[in-house]
Amino acid sequence: MESVLSLENYWLGLGLKLGLLAGFFLTAPLVVGYIEHKALAHMQSRLGPMEAGGFHGWAQLVADGIKFIQKEDIIPRAADRWVFALAPGVALVPALVILAVIPMGPRLFAENLDAGIFFALAVSSLSVIGILMAAWSSANKYSLMGGLRAAAQLIAYELPLVLGAAAVVIQAGSMSLIDIVETQHAFTAFGVPVPYAVPQFIGFSLFYVAALAELSRPPFDMPIADSEIIFGHMTEYTGLRYAFFMLAEYAGMVVLSALATVLFLGGWYIWPGVGLPDGMLGTLIGFGVTMGKIIALTFVMIWFRATFPRLREDQLLRMSWLILIPLALLNIVLVAVFKVMV
Amino acid sequence: MPSMPSAPSLPKIGLLKGLSVTLKTMLKPATTVQYPHVKPDLPPRTRGVIALMDENCTVCMLCAKECPDWCIYIDSHKETIPASEPGGRSRTKNQLDRFAIDFALCMYCGICVEVCPFDALFWSPEFEYSTYSIKELTHEQERLRVWMDTVPPPPELEEGAELPSEISAGLDAARKAAEKEFEAIRAASGQAGGGAAAAATGAAAGGTLTRRQRYDAIHVDAQVDQATFDRLIGEGKSERMARAMAKAAYVRAEKTRILAAEGGGE
Repeated sequence: MESVLSLENYWLGLGLKLGLLAGFFLTAPLVVGYIEHKALAHMQSRLGPMEAGGFHGWAQLVADGIKFIQKEDIIPRAADRWVFALAPGVALVPALVILAVIPMGPRLFAENLDAGIFFALAVSSLSVIGILMAAWSSANKYSLMGGLRAAAQLIAYELPLVLGAAAVVIQAGSMSLIDIVETQHAFTAFGVPVPYAVPQFIGFSLFYVAALAELSRPPFDMPIADSEIIFGHMTEYTGLRYAFFMLAEYAGMVVLSALATVLFLGGWYIWPGVGLPDGMLGTLIGFGVTMGKIIALTFVMIWFRATFPRLREDQLLRMSWLILIPLALLNIVLVAVFKVMV
Repeated sequence: MPSMPSAPSLPKIGLLKGLSVTLKTMLKPATTVQYPHVKPDLPPRTRGVIALMDENCTVCMLCAKECPDWCIYIDSHKETIPASEPGGRSRTKNQLDRFAIDFALCMYCGICVEVCPFDALFWSPEFEYSTYSIKELTHEQERLRVWMDTVPPPPELEEGAELPSEISAGLDAARKAAEKEFEAIRAASGQAGGGAAAAATGAAAGGTLTRRQRYDAIHVDAQVDQATFDRLIGEGKSERMARAMAKAAYVRAEKTRILAAEGGGE
């Protein structure tokens, strides 16, 4: 399948893809951040931003971005200068690169890799390197503690994430994200067309919980637990570099929600078995449906943040190794048996 | 041998209950008031700022002395008022030159308002006087006088309440003066034709009690008159006010009834 973004001229097409990717990468996290501001506020019976931009404070995050640019960029004297300066950039890379393989609509993707899901999960595990770089180079004990917590947490939750995705790969029989969407479109459980989230409810829950932990989102935000270790690996960061870390967090929310959408919720199809019109209209509708699902999933992340208190690091690790990973293995067995029997 | 860590207990229904609480709160309107656009609905006697009725101030300095923060500044000079008639003694009076309150220091305890014996200081509900500089928070006499216009009038007395002492004292004095005058007229008109008038006055002055005195002497245990209470609440009165007024209305009606019954018996 060929992407709509591929043009006759290879370099022109590449430029278009990169431009759209960068544009999406810079705007989608702002949308999610704005939803977080508003949803969190209303869950606390507040209004959230109301002034910036005039209409319900829609420009609040743009204003925040401008403010971050103006701030002084401080590098602590004892810090490892180059590593410290590079870390935010490294933290941004995984989310940006994964976006390239995620299909946002019918034929709307930058690259169709045969090993798409493998590529996405492999790149997502890079994020821990950016965090460790920031933590180690800051020359700050709180940063270091946060970084070590993050490393333990990200490694522990990589497994349920990968195993949850592996079950989908078994079910779909393909590692290409586009093929997964297409086979999911044709999938029926006992004659009823349903997305993979229904037969693989366990896998979906595992994937979602693991994604929350991968992103260090509440209730799994021990690596940056502000009441214990100030702000973890971001303690020493200011201005634009700090903004990059925040951008990486929100871009990560978008990317992992997009992965969950593609793997479990049927991607750009409204419902398995319900087709989309051909041509540009179908692509646009498909993009809207994908965005709707992504935003719904990120909203649930925000909802969790407003509701649940932070766990302890050891509780988190115990949950991963003693519950989630055995469950994920069981899930794979069940899916494999189901796949062969049915 | 290290023991195997125990598995955490599985999540229970409480997680979903928590989610429902946050979702319900989100769907309800927020309690925030968009202040500069929407004025807050404050009680009429909000203690926003201290206002000065400068005509009433006698520069007694009680407020300045009692102020825990020493945030009241008063300057004055003495003026001599010449004697009103030749041979009299001239008097001195304190003339207020400056009265300022530094609201950067003021902690809004209200002791100055309480302590002022001449009704010169009042609480005003005005609260929008923030400034860019802390120095501008020292407000002078003119500004304090302007705020005086925002002070609500004192609440009306309840029916049957004792009059304020200064008013009842004035009324007593007037009554005594009138009696004196009446005596004088009676003495002047002599005994003739005064019989009927004397009997009437005698009855009123001593002898039997007047209707008013008998009315006052009746004791009724106060109860809330429900109809009046509901009507007052409907008119938007506060519950406290409505209850007090409904009690007063009940007592009044009851006293009138008892008085009428006794009057019928006479």
